[in-house]
Amino acid sequence: MVRAVASIIGVPKESLPGERRVAATPESVKKLSSRGLSIHVEKGAGAEAGYADSQYVEAGATIVDSAWQCETLFKVRAPTVDEVGKLEEGAFVVSLMQPEKNPLLVDSLKAKKVTALALERIPRVTRAQKMDVLSSQANLSGYRAVVEAAAHLQGFMGPQVTAAGSTPPAKVLIIGAGVAGLAAVGAARAMGAEVRAFDTRAAAREQVESLGAKFLEVTIKESGEGQGGYAKTMSPEFIAAEMALFRAQAAQVDVIITTALVPGTKAPTLVPRDVVEALKPGSVIVDMAAEQGGNCELTKPGEVVVHQGVKILGFTDLASRMAATSSRFFAMNLVHLSGELGTGDTLTIPLENDVVRPALLLHKGEVLPPLPAKEPSPPQPAKPVVHAPRPDAKPQQEHIQSPNRSAWGSTLGGIFVIALLFGLGRFAPADFLQHSTVFVLACFVGWQVIWSVSPALHTPLMSVTNAISGIIIVGGLLQVGGGVDLASVLGVLAVFFATINIAGGFLVTERMLKMFRREDAAPSSSGGHR
Amino acid sequence: MSGVLVVAYLAAGVLFIRSLGGLSKQETASQGNELGMVGMAIAVAVAMVTWILGANDPSALELNQRTTGLAMLAGAIGVGFFIGAVLAKRVEMTGMPELVAILHSFVGLAAVLVGFSSYLHPHGLSGDEIAKTVHEVEVWIGVAVGAITLTGSIIAWGKLKGSISGKPLLLPGRHALNAVAGLAMLGGTVAFVQNTNGNGIWLLVGMTVIAALLGVHLVMAIGGADMPVVVSLLNSYSGWAAAAAGFMLSNDLLIVTGALVGSSGTILSIIMCRAMNRSILSVVFGGFGTGDAKPATGAAAAITGEVKEIKADELGETLSQAKSVVIVPGYGMAVSRAQGSVNELTRTLREKGVNVRFAIHPVAGRLPGHMNVLLAEAGVPYDIVLEMEHINADFPQTDVVLVIGANDIVNPSALSDPSSSIYGMPVLECWKSKVTVVLKRGMAAGYAGIDNPLFTLDGTRMLFGDAKKSIDALVTAVRK
Repeated sequence: MVRAVASIIGVPKESLPGERRVAATPESVKKLSSRGLSIHVEKGAGAEAGYADSQYVEAGATIVDSAWQCETLFKVRAPTVDEVGKLEEGAFVVSLMQPEKNPLLVDSLKAKKVTALALERIPRVTRAQKMDVLSSQANLSGYRAVVEAAAHLQGFMGPQVTAAGSTPPAKVLIIGAGVAGLAAVGAARAMGAEVRAFDTRAAAREQVESLGAKFLEVTIKESGEGQGGYAKTMSPEFIAAEMALFRAQAAQVDVIITTALVPGTKAPTLVPRDVVEALKPGSVIVDMAAEQGGNCELTKPGEVVVHQGVKILGFTDLASRMAATSSRFFAMNLVHLSGELGTGDTLTIPLENDVVRPALLLHKGEVLPPLPAKEPSPPQPAKPVVHAPRPDAKPQQEHIQSPNRSAWGSTLGGIFVIALLFGLGRFAPADFLQHSTVFVLACFVGWQVIWSVSPALHTPLMSVTNAISGIIIVGGLLQVGGGVDLASVLGVLAVFFATINIAGGFLVTERMLKMFRREDAAPSSSGGHR
Repeated sequence: MSGVLVVAYLAAGVLFIRSLGGLSKQETASQGNELGMVGMAIAVAVAMVTWILGANDPSALELNQRTTGLAMLAGAIGVGFFIGAVLAKRVEMTGMPELVAILHSFVGLAAVLVGFSSYLHPHGLSGDEIAKTVHEVEVWIGVAVGAITLTGSIIAWGKLKGSISGKPLLLPGRHALNAVAGLAMLGGTVAFVQNTNGNGIWLLVGMTVIAALLGVHLVMAIGGADMPVVVSLLNSYSGWAAAAAGFMLSNDLLIVTGALVGSSGTILSIIMCRAMNRSILSVVFGGFGTGDAKPATGAAAAITGEVKEIKADELGETLSQAKSVVIVPGYGMAVSRAQGSVNELTRTLREKGVNVRFAIHPVAGRLPGHMNVLLAEAGVPYDIVLEMEHINADFPQTDVVLVIGANDIVNPSALSDPSSSIYGMPVLECWKSKVTVVLKRGMAAGYAGIDNPLFTLDGTRMLFGDAKKSIDALVTAVRK
């Protein structure tokens, strides 16, 4: 079942304090309008992300005083209850919703018969990765967390050796190696810090190590793989071991960045008060889970808390602090999502679509029954871009261009040929044997010479050998007698074809070789086309 | 005179070896080719003088009684030279594989003709019965190899030109057919040698027909992806045919040259086969890409995920910001004649300080070294055109890889998926770079007829469209 909604998309200004992002950029407007959709951008919506109204107009958008009357709305944060009041009945809203944080919101949306697509509910399958705002924003947040940590740290991130003294690299502990955690690992490594990361999921080890960080482990073995790429809640014994590890680490590290989220519930407390107190004064904790209650016991969402000299950063707007880029990614995620919502100049809501359906919080004000569940696979992390398939232990890719591999083969072949000649020698005429000797020697000479030919010259090699195999012309010549008997005519024909080969082979080789030139040589006259 | 002849042949043989040796390096390649020309000129001139003096055949008539023969020879050489020169001048570099294939067929044809002629009018044979037998066996072998080379090369030429479908033709029981043809030729030898009643020529004709059909059948059964191997194999056959002609005419120069060419072709075939992780036998008797042993589609692990498209404008921007770019050309570049545009793109990027290099897989294109020739034609300096073994380690440090019209040679399942029919083939590991962009006309599978999981990897983007147009658009985008 497919329902069409109107083609005008409204992009309101975000109302949440500190939210600088916007759900459309001139770039995304251009892409959306190229398929025939009209975009109404609220005045000043992109100002804080560095996109002026004039840029939107240039990209094909219309600037309006209020975008709330549009049938379709693209937004970053969930609308407030007040804002829902401004909506048309039956509108279509695409944004982060997080209904568990605001139960009143769902009721107000229901009352307006709104169709609500919650971006955080888009399944984290490979196909939907390009629409996954959580990943795209987490990547930015992870980077920003490191930048904020560095800004609050009293020293260098990387090691320094100067005339005035030297300092070791900052030691950074990253808890949770999901998309944000890996981005943080990468950023911290890039700044020169010594990075260690912890994650309950074994799959994270390879990714962490591929970025050059150390992967920490507890002694208890328990898999933390949960659904949709998140970690599940662990057993009490495991948590105790984990705490012991963090306590031990706290004595060494300068920065802790926590990224642990369990979907639907409050973030787990991983850095209790005593771990904070075990840190050196001047250390920094960045709690990326602040919005969900925080991984650190002392976090206050949106604030910087200083406890015994340790700064605990509870920023909830890390991605928003890089609003230009985060808006760009967010908006492109929405463009990709629009690709799922029909083609051409209208948006439709495909209820059977396996990406859209799970994200539909409400459809015309009603909660839809879930589709028959398919286990979503964990998303590929966004950061270590591609993991190359591992070739098997086979020592390959190495020496295509070398005779060594078949040295045994050619030795055996040689012995075989010699044995054969011995056999022939018993009854074959002497001059046949002499020819055979020449033949075998020539084969060996050819074998030695040809292996050293550069692969780039294989085509010229073939055309030269074409030309010199035209030597059969000599054979033709010898067969020509004086008159027009059959043997002579055949000989002449052979001479004819062999000459074509000789001339064609040598001349085309010459032509080809003239084209090969070094960088420093003057461009040849045959450069370009024909 | 015969002393001069031997010395001249020796000189020509040495020059041919020097010629092939010269091709080992770019710097000496042209010189090598010239040495080959000199060697050929000496050989032909001396042979011609010998012929005019009648020194090769004690029974030869005086020259003034052989004017018809002389005129025919002069005509054949003159016209042949003209045709060869025109072919060499006119051929487009994209058409090199066809030219090489058709030249092989000429060598095969010449060997057949010489074989027949030598049978009809053997020279310099003592009346010895054994010598006669040996000569007849040599004729038999020479004609057989020549006929297989002739028709095989013509079919290869047709396939490369596209006038014969690139799909392997697989007759039922084709191995049995080959075996029967082989046995018939072997058995025919005995009949041919023992024949005394003058029917020998018809046996020879019959065997030639069988060998010709065998040549057709062998190459018809080989798929488009294996063309580089086939062309190299035929290259070696043409050499063996020349060597066989040397045996029947007792001419050492022919034997030496034939052996050189034969081993050259063999080595090329070995290199090509290694580059595809196949044995020569499986190429010759195979029929790859159509599911002899394995069904070509569906058997390999199913490909999930979807392709992500990129537009020329966006890619142009990415390219200008990249530090290191590697271009992987394939046959598709030759088909759309995009090499000139590729050079344009390369120059533009290099002017912007981007390190652009080319990665050449040994079997890219339809001829060994085909891509190098095309790039050289377009004016790409050869020192930034690298072989697979030299560039594979650099992909992890590469920002953007452009794959232009190549497919199987960048297929990661060759390394990771044992159920894939190309498993074990060495490939260019372009997916280790930050971004891989595949330029492609559509989502069709490559010549090997198998899916390529590269297209759906996270780091891969697709740029659909004709390669030449896409690259022209890229050049415009980069210049902006």
